[in-house]
Amino acid sequence: MRLFGHKLSVLAQIGLAVIALNLVMAIFAPLIAPYDQTTVLGDAWADPDAQHWLGLDNLGRDLLSRLIFGARMSIGLALVITALSFFIGIVSGFAAAVAGGWVDQALSRFVDLLLSMPTLIFAFVILSVLGSGLPVLIVTIAVLDSTKVFRLARSVAVGLVSLEFVEAARLRGEGWWWIITREILPNAIPPLTAEFGLRFCFTFLFIAALSFLGLGVQPPDADWGSMVKDYRDMINFGYAAPIYPAAAIAILTIGVNFVVDWMLSIHSRGQGEGA
Amino acid sequence: MTSDADNPIVLDVRAMRVAVRTDHGDGPVLVDDVSLQLRRGEVIGLIGESGAGKSTIGLAAMGYTRRNCFIVGGEILFAGSDLRAMSLEQRRALRGLKLSYIAQSAAASFNPAMTLMDQVCEAPIRHGVMGRAEAEAAAVQLFRELDLPNPETIGSRYPHQVSGGQLQRVMAAMAMIGKPEVIVFDEPTTALDVTTQVECLAAFRRLIREHRAAALYITHDLAVVAQIADRIMVLRRGKMVEFGEARRILQEPQDAYTRRLVRERIASLAFVARPESAVPLLEVDGVTAHYAGKPKVIDDVSLTIHRGDTVAVVGESGSGKSTLARVVTGLLTRASGDVRFDGASLAPRLKDRSRDQLRRIQMIYQMPDVALNPQQTLLDVIGRPVAFYFKKTRAGVRARVLELLRQMDLPENFIDRKTSELSGGQKQRVSIARALAAEPDLIICDEVTSALDQLVGEEILRLLKRLQDELGIGYMFITHDLGTVKRIANKVVVMLRGRTVAGGDTASVFAPPYHPYTELLLSSVPEMRPDWLDGVLARRSARASA
Repeated sequence: MRLFGHKLSVLAQIGLAVIALNLVMAIFAPLIAPYDQTTVLGDAWADPDAQHWLGLDNLGRDLLSRLIFGARMSIGLALVITALSFFIGIVSGFAAAVAGGWVDQALSRFVDLLLSMPTLIFAFVILSVLGSGLPVLIVTIAVLDSTKVFRLARSVAVGLVSLEFVEAARLRGEGWWWIITREILPNAIPPLTAEFGLRFCFTFLFIAALSFLGLGVQPPDADWGSMVKDYRDMINFGYAAPIYPAAAIAILTIGVNFVVDWMLSIHSRGQGEGA
Repeated sequence: MTSDADNPIVLDVRAMRVAVRTDHGDGPVLVDDVSLQLRRGEVIGLIGESGAGKSTIGLAAMGYTRRNCFIVGGEILFAGSDLRAMSLEQRRALRGLKLSYIAQSAAASFNPAMTLMDQVCEAPIRHGVMGRAEAEAAAVQLFRELDLPNPETIGSRYPHQVSGGQLQRVMAAMAMIGKPEVIVFDEPTTALDVTTQVECLAAFRRLIREHRAAALYITHDLAVVAQIADRIMVLRRGKMVEFGEARRILQEPQDAYTRRLVRERIASLAFVARPESAVPLLEVDGVTAHYAGKPKVIDDVSLTIHRGDTVAVVGESGSGKSTLARVVTGLLTRASGDVRFDGASLAPRLKDRSRDQLRRIQMIYQMPDVALNPQQTLLDVIGRPVAFYFKKTRAGVRARVLELLRQMDLPENFIDRKTSELSGGQKQRVSIARALAAEPDLIICDEVTSALDQLVGEEILRLLKRLQDELGIGYMFITHDLGTVKRIANKVVVMLRGRTVAGGDTASVFAPPYHPYTELLLSSVPEMRPDWLDGVLARRSARASA
């Protein structure tokens, strides 16, 4: 199997399989899940049986169905947030590199300011003031995350801007949007793709952490982080309920990291010279 | 040469093969069936274009290969024992002491955080053959033999505190300190200016003779190898093409490829004179420029280019040639003076110039690898100026790009290939096509052949010449290679430390009486005669003592 013109390592193949499985689960949740995620079906903490493979949860809802719907919420949210943070980070980072001078200084110092505050505390304050609705959650995390993307995008672009094909475009009289989208972006894709995988994991864990603390996804919607929070006490009574969402988080994170490691390794190996 | 009996062979390479092997299977064979024998005091020159396997042979002669490369066949006998059969520790004990290596880029080979003396003395001290004091004394002696300034104290400096040519000689001292029996010189003067190259060549040769070391001298320049080698091996694509006495190879090359290498070096292109129009195409008038907060890089520089002219701007690195180009294009704002194009003054800054002014001055760069966006196809690269300046339809752009490819002698089916798939020479043709696509009046060529192999560079020069004859474009030709200048330029401007020291028709600048600096430059260009270096050194010492 090949991707980006390179042979996939065994770990990368496992990682891709995990991601694909999770994506299918997220996209087709209503078709796959045996029950609705919010319907109460029986006693709380009913043991697993033929109808309910993982048993029922604290309110008597089907655990497997909540796990599947949780994938949809957790993954979908993380994807939207990461995509948004990449858009903000890449555009501002590239603009800083291409424009240079005071634009670069202003953007970089603003990012330093944001980075100097602990992310979780910052998110806490904003979510407490503005409420933890989904749009607020998405924008807050995306903006906070974009600072890290900005730093990477800027440093990659600074290296590319000094190359002569960018100078040639400037001499031609091209505007900065052309230079960013046509000259720089295509050459920055490999490091940025790898970063996307990593940041997706961090975002995903961050949402889980926020949900666990009660500021993330709000009930009755299922997401893996809040499921761990809701079920955590039951581990003391010998129930496996909190293990499932926690394992789901771990497996997806590891899977994505397998793929990212492989991408970084092909990137560091270089593309090789043309014939 | 001495007889075989009292001078045994120190390095005996027999039928060596080096090939690439990776996890994905076997790659190409880099060196195929190469044999050579080296005695003490003897220098063998390895010559060929990039990819000929020169450096691979040089490294393999020390029992070393680059990552993923393996010596797959033959024997490498050093003083009778096979390097391939030795353990890693045995080989390591020889390297740096009995076998040493001098790389092309001294700057990249030194640790910037250690003094020169520490680095020169490292190998003999680490191998335990010399004490600190003994090693330092030997180093100072070598610094003196290599004509380094202040040999007693230069060792306490750091690599960035000495010039490129000095650093290259310090590296030679580092290679020589263990009294090696075999030294591999891997293009040690290629990155240097011609005037510095002469000093280094002279120092290397004296050192080899005095220490009676055996050396492999790798270079792509026949004239350089002519000065230093007893025998020359011509390589092409990993195979030996011709091997023999230096004088015979240079004067009576047998193989067709060697003959081409020798012939192209001497060839010249005829300049087609054009009637000069009243208004010059480009007038640079008393221009001074500097980077923010730095001293002047160019100072009161003037030159004039007419339509159909090729004006060469020559000088060593740091003389301000490329800065002049940046001022003309507007990438660097001039501090004073004027740049007029077709009679009208050009705005100092790029963004204040009109699109048509930008179109009429185009640029071709030294490194074709970074001058073209590796992710774009030839259609993207060459078509963009067509679409940008002339607002053509997609079909119109494609047709024009095909026409330009034909003009560059590139196959039309390359149009949808990415630039990263092309060779260096092909990329440089694409760069020229991109410049021509704007239908310019002036093209600034910044060292356009210096990153290319000799024969490929010649083809590019011919192409540029043909295009000028057809289209009447003016060239501002920035170069440090006087051989190129003599072939292509009808006018020359010689720059030294940001100022012009000589200028005018090529014939008159390069004919006596010269400006002293022009003469220094001219006399430093290596010639194919094996006694050229001796002649230059003799003349210079005669003048110095007079």
